[in-house]
Amino acid sequence: MEHPPLVALVGNPNAGKSALFNALTGARQKVGNYPGVTVERHSGRLALADGRPVELIDLPGAYSLDPSSPDERVTRDVVTGKSGLERLPDALIVVVDAANLDNHLRFTLQLIALGLPVVVALNMIDLAERDGLTLDAAVLERELGVPVIPTVAVRRRGLEDLREALARAVVPVTGVVPLRPSDGSVQDDIVTLQRRARRIATAATVAETSGRRWMHLLDAVALHPIGGPLLLATILFVMFQAVFTWAKIPADAIDAGFAGLQGLVAAHLPDGFLRSLLADGLIAGVGAVVVFLPQILILFLFILVLESSGYMVRAAFQMDRLMATVGLSGRAFIPLLSSFACAVPGIMATRTIEDEKDRLTTILIAPLMTCSARWPVYTLIIGAMIPDTQVLPFVRLQGLVMFGLLLIGIAGAYVAALVLRRTVTKGASSGFMMEMPKYQVPRLGDIALGLWQRALVFLKRAGTTIAATTMVLWLLLSFPKPPVGSGISPVDYSIAGRIGHGIEQVVKPIGFNRDIALALLPAMAAREVAVSAIGTVYAIDDSDGKGTDRITDQIRGRWSLPTALAFLMWFVFAPQCISTIAVTRRETNGWKWPLFMVGYLFAAAYVMAGITFWLATFAGL
Amino acid sequence: MRRTVIDNQSHCAYTGLVLSKLNLETLPRHHAATVDAIDWTRLSPPEARRLRELGFDEGVPVEVLHRARLGGGPIACRIGRMTVALRRAVAAAIQVTIPLPAE
Repeated sequence: MEHPPLVALVGNPNAGKSALFNALTGARQKVGNYPGVTVERHSGRLALADGRPVELIDLPGAYSLDPSSPDERVTRDVVTGKSGLERLPDALIVVVDAANLDNHLRFTLQLIALGLPVVVALNMIDLAERDGLTLDAAVLERELGVPVIPTVAVRRRGLEDLREALARAVVPVTGVVPLRPSDGSVQDDIVTLQRRARRIATAATVAETSGRRWMHLLDAVALHPIGGPLLLATILFVMFQAVFTWAKIPADAIDAGFAGLQGLVAAHLPDGFLRSLLADGLIAGVGAVVVFLPQILILFLFILVLESSGYMVRAAFQMDRLMATVGLSGRAFIPLLSSFACAVPGIMATRTIEDEKDRLTTILIAPLMTCSARWPVYTLIIGAMIPDTQVLPFVRLQGLVMFGLLLIGIAGAYVAALVLRRTVTKGASSGFMMEMPKYQVPRLGDIALGLWQRALVFLKRAGTTIAATTMVLWLLLSFPKPPVGSGISPVDYSIAGRIGHGIEQVVKPIGFNRDIALALLPAMAAREVAVSAIGTVYAIDDSDGKGTDRITDQIRGRWSLPTALAFLMWFVFAPQCISTIAVTRRETNGWKWPLFMVGYLFAAAYVMAGITFWLATFAGL
Repeated sequence: MRRTVIDNQSHCAYTGLVLSKLNLETLPRHHAATVDAIDWTRLSPPEARRLRELGFDEGVPVEVLHRARLGGGPIACRIGRMTVALRRAVAAAIQVTIPLPAE
């Protein structure tokens, strides 16, 4: 098959590479993974000025061809053509931040030296001009010996010129085998390159006044020794508040939609196996999970805005001191914050952490952040078992318990990191050295695209993993049927009931009953399945028709408070998520660390749930 | 300009300015300075490389912008046209010079 020419976007972090990629390819892009490494591969189609199509890939940002993190390694391997992950690009678009030439030109010089056709995109030229910087692209072109196109990716400026320059750079194959570029191992010393870069930057700078007063003003607050932490705490508070309040209306709408669907099925199908499977199994199970889509999207909205505005690194700056006390760095804060939405993207975000031990520790504690899959479980149990009394002005007991569980997770992560860094991930404390990107107003389209991609991943999961688990559980719970008139509960008689009975023996000492034992197994697929699992258990158990008690009433009737508290504590720690285990295996290249993670988290969950149960029992709750 | 305690003062023979030898950790905020020397032996190889990649080099202008909370939080400094966050131990390995007007 004839491949279109391959063009790679390369550049320093914060050069506006992804914005340029979005501007050039629009929404016609594919997000995949490079095999063997979990670095996301973004690719899309682009038409050159002469109409030829090319495939454009967006490579991870890097400072040099001397990689210090897994994603920088992918960049090096692709542009030097020795990756095996990708064919050698036919041309490179090197993206540089016009306001940061002395630094970005060094990497540009390294890339030009590789010998591939290069077009330089002098990006964010508008911000540079606003900063009082006047640049001469012609001088830059002469000094570098490659075409230089001024662009403003977010305003779609300079894209036509870029397409034209690229059309000239991507030469049609003439039958001559192109020379393989050098492998980048024989490089000029970094200092020499840096000095040359600075000389070129100075030559290309026509005028320079010190600008960016507004940015310094923002940093005066964000990086202030007292104001900064306060600002961060406020942002986090607003974020979690928004997740619970803004999501209510869309979540209720989704809930109503699924209830309507269930009603529709009930009305149009005859009573029996198929109706029960669809209504009680599939629709109820998937619906119980999809309800949380608004919350997840709101959380991701905050994270995407914090990231693209440039604030996230300031937050990392403020958190560094605290993280250093457990042997981590402020850099770990970013993946850990993402883990509040979902540990999977959180763990994938650790690939920007350079130090291997740091990265491993962050991966191992990421599942302790209260991910959105726990909220359905917490909401259900708290709603059923904790009275909604006012304990303080504006503070209700239910909210307080929810917040307490969140804090226990963070405290657990803190202790775990402390212990891990002194035992299995022992090593010199790594440093914290990060470039702070310029503040910028996030572009609506880029945020929307990011949210769309997250929503798609979530819905795909709900439609496959969660739907399948719920259906299998429903089947295992429904068969075999007890003999008519035997008086045996249909759940106890079913295959699942017998498996649950076995699990119950193990979890009895920590106060768990049969229903919980039954829910724990399918919840391995995804935590939120516990909710639909308990719902299914009671729906089937109740099929002899005493009434259609709501699931909360069922729990209230069958569970004691110590049992409920122990169950909540279990979910703070238990590593019940196949996706997290799978992504950990991929990220750590083997089964050793995911197995360790599962082991230590289950042990912690068992011990903590047991302590909770017995303390609550002795306290007479 | 606020008076600051400065160690290691010496007069420059040609300009008569007081040059003070400081490192980036002790450099007072908002004083334009230049990197004098970097003690690479105090840094791990990856730290040293990243520091070079971020543009730290002899003769480059630097300025301390912010310090995180008291008690050893990181430092934010301007180097070239970038803002970079560093830990104090790394900052201490970067010797800087600030020209001060003669008394």
